[in-house]
Amino acid sequence: MRPSVILHSFGYFAQGALATVAVSLAAIAIGFAIGALVCMARLSRQALIVRLGAIYVSVFRGVPLLVQLLFIYYFLAKFGVDVPALAAAIGGLACSSAAFQSEILRGALNAVPRGQGEAAVALGFRSVDIWRRVLLPQALRISVPPLINEFILLLKASSLVSVVGIAELTRVSMNVASSTYRPLEAYVGGGLFYLAINLCLAGFGALAERRLSRAGVR
Amino acid sequence: MSFDVLWRYAPSLASGFGVTVFCWGAGGALGVVLGFLIALGFRAGAAPLRWALRVFVEVFRGTPFLMQLFLLYAGGPAIGLRLSATQAGILGLGVYSSSYFAEIFRAGFAAVPQGQVEAAMSVGMTRFDTLKRVILPSALVAALPPIVNTLIVLSKETVVLSIITVPELMYQAQTMAAETFTAFEAIFALAVFYWLLVEVVSRLGRRLELMATRFLSHEAL
Repeated sequence: MRPSVILHSFGYFAQGALATVAVSLAAIAIGFAIGALVCMARLSRQALIVRLGAIYVSVFRGVPLLVQLLFIYYFLAKFGVDVPALAAAIGGLACSSAAFQSEILRGALNAVPRGQGEAAVALGFRSVDIWRRVLLPQALRISVPPLINEFILLLKASSLVSVVGIAELTRVSMNVASSTYRPLEAYVGGGLFYLAINLCLAGFGALAERRLSRAGVR
Repeated sequence: MSFDVLWRYAPSLASGFGVTVFCWGAGGALGVVLGFLIALGFRAGAAPLRWALRVFVEVFRGTPFLMQLFLLYAGGPAIGLRLSATQAGILGLGVYSSSYFAEIFRAGFAAVPQGQVEAAMSVGMTRFDTLKRVILPSALVAALPPIVNTLIVLSKETVVLSIITVPELMYQAQTMAAETFTAFEAIFALAVFYWLLVEVVSRLGRRLELMATRFLSHEAL
């Protein structure tokens, strides 16, 4: 074990870490949008739409992420749809994360006491206002800690996009391993970067949880 | 969709499925046992041991599984650990999942009311007996549903083993797709096999939980 190998490639690792964070951020944001749509579908009054939402969740949660990524990147190409690597990576991560995020949002909406919505109806709020001023503010607050948790999981899952050739942290570690002939140091280095990012996120999550719970008391 | 390609590749797909199930079973079992030992260490160990275990758990939960596999498979030889791809895969799955199982067992232990432990001590049970007869039965029942859940998640993680060339289902399906240009058939085979695996595991898990809770309701009477 020679730590100097890690120090030598420090800038390279940092670039990879930046790419990992960027890809994960894009995926979690797009995943949130899709997840919100899926969550709306599952709360719809139309049975067919509810069913479609449930199928989306069960497929994207049930099929391994690597299979989804390879499907988008390699197999879609064989059907004549050419997807660029970056789009495949972010799209795959986002679609899979959307399934989890829709469940988080649904759980959060269910956790808002029923009386809140009923009280708003009784006061004559329009349904848009009920959502905008009563349900969503509370539900989003409840969903912040699990969403940060989902972001940590997504960040770890993003190591799989190295297989479609994105130069993120895992791919960078592989490159360092093959160019220095020191796989042990390369992967320990990459792992330390992942650990540092995740510890920051976990700390941020704990902070957010504390602040939000204080606001909830008020 | 051409079924004769699937038929021709059925033996290799079936053997891949076998390897997947084997790696998942062996890795999961290793993870449960290791995780249990870690949780015991959390409970009973001295402070330095507890500290070391906490670092272990945080490291393995905080880094991607793929990274751990590369470290084990490619980095292992540098410290004299020469493993075949399958061995590295099983060991990797076991160590990775042990950090999750450890937390599950720890939560299970924490769910046992302190009064029960105090009661056992006050009637003169030894520490070992308290563990065996009072803490473990209810802790294990509490831990069972999240354990089954983690095992299901783990069955999907086995796909990652294909990247370090473990000849499991994903690897065989990709080989088939590459050799015969049959993308759709490969996806179809993957879907059927993984669906089968997850379905069987969740059914077994549900039955196990039912058995465990029945035992619990007997206790309550």
